Amino acid sequence: MELLSGGEILIRALSDAKVKHLWGYPGGAALHIYDAIFRQDKLDHILMRHEQAAVHAADAYARVTGEVGAALVTSGPGATNAITGIATAYMDSIPLVVISAQVPQEKIGEDAFQEIDMIGVSRPTVKHSYMVKRPEDIAETIAKAFYIASTGRPGPVVVDVPKDVTDPNNKVAYKFPEKVKLRSYQPTTRGHSGQIKRAVNLLMSAKRPIIYSGGGVVLGNASEQLRALARRLNYPVTNTLMGLGAFPGTDRQFVGMLGMHGTFEANTAMHHADVILAVGARFDDRVTNAVDRFCPSAKIIHIDVDPSSIAKTVRVDIPIVGPCDVVLSDMLDQIQQADLQTDEPAIGEWWQQIDEWRSRHGIYTQSRYEPSEGDNIKPQDVIKTLYKVTKGEALVSSDVGQHQMFAAQYYLFDKPRQWINSGGLGTMGFGLPAAMGAQMAYPDANVVCVTGEGSIQMCIQELAACTQHQLPVKIIILNNQALGMVKQWQDMQYGSRYSHVLYEDSLPDFVKLAEAYGHVGMKVTHYDQLESSMEECFALKDRVVIMDISVDQHEHVYPMHVAPGSMRDMWLSKTERT
Amino acid sequence: MKRLISVLLENEPGSLSRVVGLFSQRGYNIDSLSVAPTEDKTLSRLTLTTVGDDHKIEQITKQLNKLIDVVKVIDLSEGVHIERELMLLKVKASGAARAEIKRCVDIFRGQIVDVGPTTYVVQIMGESTKLDAFIEALGDAAILEVVRTGVCGLLRGEKSLKI
Ligand SMILES: Cc1ncc(C[n+]2csc(CCOP(=O)(O)OP(=O)(O)O)c2C)c(N)n1
Ligand SMILES: [Mg+2]
Repeated sequence: MELLSGGEILIRALSDAKVKHLWGYPGGAALHIYDAIFRQDKLDHILMRHEQAAVHAADAYARVTGEVGAALVTSGPGATNAITGIATAYMDSIPLVVISAQVPQEKIGEDAFQEIDMIGVSRPTVKHSYMVKRPEDIAETIAKAFYIASTGRPGPVVVDVPKDVTDPNNKVAYKFPEKVKLRSYQPTTRGHSGQIKRAVNLLMSAKRPIIYSGGGVVLGNASEQLRALARRLNYPVTNTLMGLGAFPGTDRQFVGMLGMHGTFEANTAMHHADVILAVGARFDDRVTNAVDRFCPSAKIIHIDVDPSSIAKTVRVDIPIVGPCDVVLSDMLDQIQQADLQTDEPAIGEWWQQIDEWRSRHGIYTQSRYEPSEGDNIKPQDVIKTLYKVTKGEALVSSDVGQHQMFAAQYYLFDKPRQWINSGGLGTMGFGLPAAMGAQMAYPDANVVCVTGEGSIQMCIQELAACTQHQLPVKIIILNNQALGMVKQWQDMQYGSRYSHVLYEDSLPDFVKLAEAYGHVGMKVTHYDQLESSMEECFALKDRVVIMDISVDQHEHVYPMHVAPGSMRDMWLSKTERT
Repeated sequence: MKRLISVLLENEPGSLSRVVGLFSQRGYNIDSLSVAPTEDKTLSRLTLTTVGDDHKIEQITKQLNKLIDVVKVIDLSEGVHIERELMLLKVKASGAARAEIKRCVDIFRGQIVDVGPTTYVVQIMGESTKLDAFIEALGDAAILEVVRTGVCGLLRGEKSLKI
């Protein structure tokens, strides 16, 4: 058997866990590990400019590929910088393994230089964590970490590695375990057949059904099964912010996103539904509005791999614990085998009603905002143009704010894993490193970061890492000169008292900024230039381009839930509500 | 409603802090907590009391089960169970009070486990309500110090919490 040092074992084990890219940032406690990285060529390490960004990039890599992302940070400040990234992944259930270096074991507890209790600090943001105490334990711990991160409801796992464990002078035998088993962790692999039967019966008898599908369908690779079931039933489908792309955005059966900024037709259909099939969704407060007024006449079927997601906020009639793909295909099998039929006349009427809602207030049947004109570019039109220029095929990451909601509403995602955003934690600064992670996974794809002039400044340093690692992402700034989403709330609830959402002429010149990093900068101020500039931007295949697009500073995102209220209570414009 | 929840936990460093952390993180209360390794040294058995309606207790048990280190969880209060708590009290005992306290201890089937010139150390075991009643019977004035172990419990009959 081969003898290796702890540092070497760590890197070998990561390779054996099928990691191709390790996103990281070095430091004292990680020196042995970085030396082991230097002396091998299997694993590609990507030096970022901030640990938060390293974790976001690894996270996005996982989101677009379905594999486990991996990041490496040093102890102390490296570890604490990683926390925002880990928490972002945790809230969206992203499979991720983060290795944090730690001070040597004999120094732990002494407030040593760059010591932080990473296990303690990260605890509420991880699915699980380990501290490795001996080099002999590294390989098995890494195997367990990857197993836990990727199975059941996925999530981030932290592995804290004290420096003495990676000592190059202490060599031990290396073997990567082929299989791991944990007696205290056995994720469900099938749904309960009795429950599935009950669910199918309820589903077939529905008169006003809707399928409400969330991020779990994307993460659980259940998009195909969802599409097959929805088509067989001819029921309307709505996706959550995290679920966009799981059901095609351009499909006739798709009624748009639901929730706080969901479409009129999706939210209204939810409110009136008699049966809701919730799949891989968690009745998040950004979806439900006031839970006590949520969908008063609906019987709810809820499929989720995590039992604690079921009946957490909203009561459920038929819970099914299991992986979305398996449960959905079991449901479809039952329907096919018994050749069950839906209530076609009722469903026909339901569609008529939905189509009427669509034509009344839908954002896809008609433009619901003033048209762009001259130097007044509407942010919605930027996304529509982006959609057109990229033929709807780009991988789109976003930051957090109005631009995120416009992207979610107007870029019609047809494929799962095409839309990459921080839905649960809502982390500004996610967009650029996320785009980098996606570009690393798909070097030839068009990867776009839709961002705001506020958010982009939160991980702007990664423009340098884009240069170093040739990640030609395209950055589309919807520049409304404000922390727009916060400003929108101040407009709506605080009498337009703009407390600290404006920058008083302190915004950087984004064109010069791009150039300072060796990239291309473009400024767009007229609607006439928008499409041609964007064409130009995407023609620059090998370059990072920042498009600084001046958009209407007064635009709000609509629809917007009136809170507290039911699903159907919405503002449709600044003056109009349901 | 008061609930008694029993958890079988991997006896790993940090596993207890995950359980305790879960409670504070999600805004659940812990009224009492007792924990120690079982006959199998790789496992710890933890008993905690908390209050909550059915919905809350369901969430608590689900969230506990979700912790990787948790092997099994049961809500003891759902079935017929035995619960015990141990309490040690240091009480003022001089003059006439000495006999009075002794009598009270006997009524509660407790024991005097240490005798000082002006103090007793009393040991009482039983359900928490019995311990509360003893404190009340003695009165605040007599009590110098109280320490309680927290409740531990198990199900009556053949069912047991094992892997
Ligand atoms: C790290 C972080 N800090 C604060 C917030 C709160 N927040 C949500 S949206 C927003 C404004 C974002 O501004 P910008 O990026 O310009 O986007 P816009 O809404 O203008 O499109 C803020 C401050 C957040 N989501 N994340
Ligand atoms: Mg802005």
